[in-house]
Amino acid sequence: MSSKVIHAIYTDDDLLMQAVKQTREARYRIEEVYTPFPVHGLDKAMGLPHTRLAVTAFLYGLVGLSVSIAMMNFIMIDDWPQNIGGKPSFSFLENLPSFVPIMFELTVFFAAHLMVITFYLRSKIWPFKEAENPDPRTTDDHFLMEVDVANHNVEEMADFFANTGAVEIKLINK
Amino acid sequence: MYTLSSKLKLSAIILMVVGAIGLIYAFASAPSTIEEVKEIIASHEAHGEHQATANAHATHDDAHADKHAEHVLHQLQNKPWSATYVAAFFFFMIALGALAFYAIQYAAQAGWSPVLFRVMEAVTAYLLPGSLIVFAILMLSGMHLNHMFIWMDPEVVKNDPIIQGKEAYLNVPFFLIRAAIYIIGWNVFRHFLRKNSLRQDEATDNRFYKKNFKLSAAFLVFFIVTESMMSWDWIMSLDPHWYSTLFGWYLFASLFVTAITVIALITIYLKSKGYLPEVNNSHIHDLAKFMFGISIFWTYLWFSQFLLIWYSNIPEEVTYFITRIEDYNLPFFGMLIFNFIFPLLVLINSDYKRVNWFVVMTGVVILVGHYLDIFNMIMPATVGKSWFIGVPEISAMLFFAGLFLLIVFNALTKAPLIAKRNPFIKESKHFHY
Repeated sequence: MSSKVIHAIYTDDDLLMQAVKQTREARYRIEEVYTPFPVHGLDKAMGLPHTRLAVTAFLYGLVGLSVSIAMMNFIMIDDWPQNIGGKPSFSFLENLPSFVPIMFELTVFFAAHLMVITFYLRSKIWPFKEAENPDPRTTDDHFLMEVDVANHNVEEMADFFANTGAVEIKLINK
Repeated sequence: MYTLSSKLKLSAIILMVVGAIGLIYAFASAPSTIEEVKEIIASHEAHGEHQATANAHATHDDAHADKHAEHVLHQLQNKPWSATYVAAFFFFMIALGALAFYAIQYAAQAGWSPVLFRVMEAVTAYLLPGSLIVFAILMLSGMHLNHMFIWMDPEVVKNDPIIQGKEAYLNVPFFLIRAAIYIIGWNVFRHFLRKNSLRQDEATDNRFYKKNFKLSAAFLVFFIVTESMMSWDWIMSLDPHWYSTLFGWYLFASLFVTAITVIALITIYLKSKGYLPEVNNSHIHDLAKFMFGISIFWTYLWFSQFLLIWYSNIPEEVTYFITRIEDYNLPFFGMLIFNFIFPLLVLINSDYKRVNWFVVMTGVVILVGHYLDIFNMIMPATVGKSWFIGVPEISAMLFFAGLFLLIVFNALTKAPLIAKRNPFIKESKHFHY
């Protein structure tokens, strides 16, 4: 099955924001927007849901904290409680202050790295991934909005995007 | 223009009256002779509260019991004084921290905060009365009306070579001169910052803004030196055998976070009454971020000081924490929940930082936590084991809270709540995050 999309290309991020708002008002479905840099407020204009990456980072941090506590409790207290320089190794709580730097670092380590890996997985980025860029100019100075044609009239849509200030409008068979 | 509501004024005056009555009672009921203290100790032993000490006392000779009673007498006599000092210092440091925050906003040319400048200025209005009250307490201590600063007692110094070695710095005249220099300096800076801010409203160019920018930068240099020395003089010298190098920073973190919290609380209050239409939830969000960040900064310094001393366990340093862990276990570790864990868990969420009642709730917890922090700095040195958060402590807090509210909200009525011609005011009104 082949579906058709329209690529509307803009050269100004303010125009793009305007166009996104108008397109949504006209009830056309925006598939994707390609920009060379983050456009402030674009996600809101497109109506994208909030990211939950921060929540995952918090949970990963808790995992890191648990790992560090379990590790040091086992090594320093349970397995071989040696007297090292007179530090009290009778219970975890008694020797807690000396464990805190490691607990802190592992919390940050887990939170940061696992969140980054989550980001890579969710956005499907990896070293030998083939670039999905429809037009190389969108990495430099052009903005591209991809809109699903579905069962709308192509002529009508082309007129509509021309009115929003697009410098180029292309019909693409996907 | 803000008008002071009669309800607020009345509540502040009631707080002051109740606090003053409590303080008079506290000073009047402090024991004045060793005999009274012995009776108090005996009645405690009769209740069976001090079984172990009672048995221990039985083996002591009378001379030792006298010495113990004298020691407790000094502690109990210090109690109302220390309670007053803790509360006076707590509210004074809010005003000083607000001035530091205000100067930082100027020096950093912050675009978000100018709509809050008048609130910050009003909080710093307490600086003059607050610092004078603290100075009065220090002067009365220097006149030997209490035993809070033991290095001021010639009898103690005579038998103490460690304090003798510090006498070049720790002597009453120099101590009071230093205090006067800090207080005059801070108040002069505060006076001109406020004056220029008001003049800028009427000006036709940005001359007074530029003046304030330079003045703020100069104040921040002066502040960080004097604040550090103030922490050695007014707090650390209560334990004249002990020293810590990051103490000044630690106290700074405490006063900074309480000041930001009070600014946030007053802003939310005024906004809820409709006086600050330009303040939106992004401003509250920014203040809450500061509360969150500086709370963690405070914890970092608290822990750094604690860990380094606990880890090396050098006898002359570690006694400071041993007395606090043994005699003040609950307030010492309890304040970590108020000052660290609670703000950490509540204010980590970006959405909660925009919800007024979350910020107010956390703010109240932070204020209680930092009262406990100052309590833990001062009380172990002055009253030792005889501490209790009772009538003297609560009345002192009520009295100074009333005074603080009265002065701060009175200062709010003196000028329009939005600075008119600040170059960043427009950006600040449209600030959103």
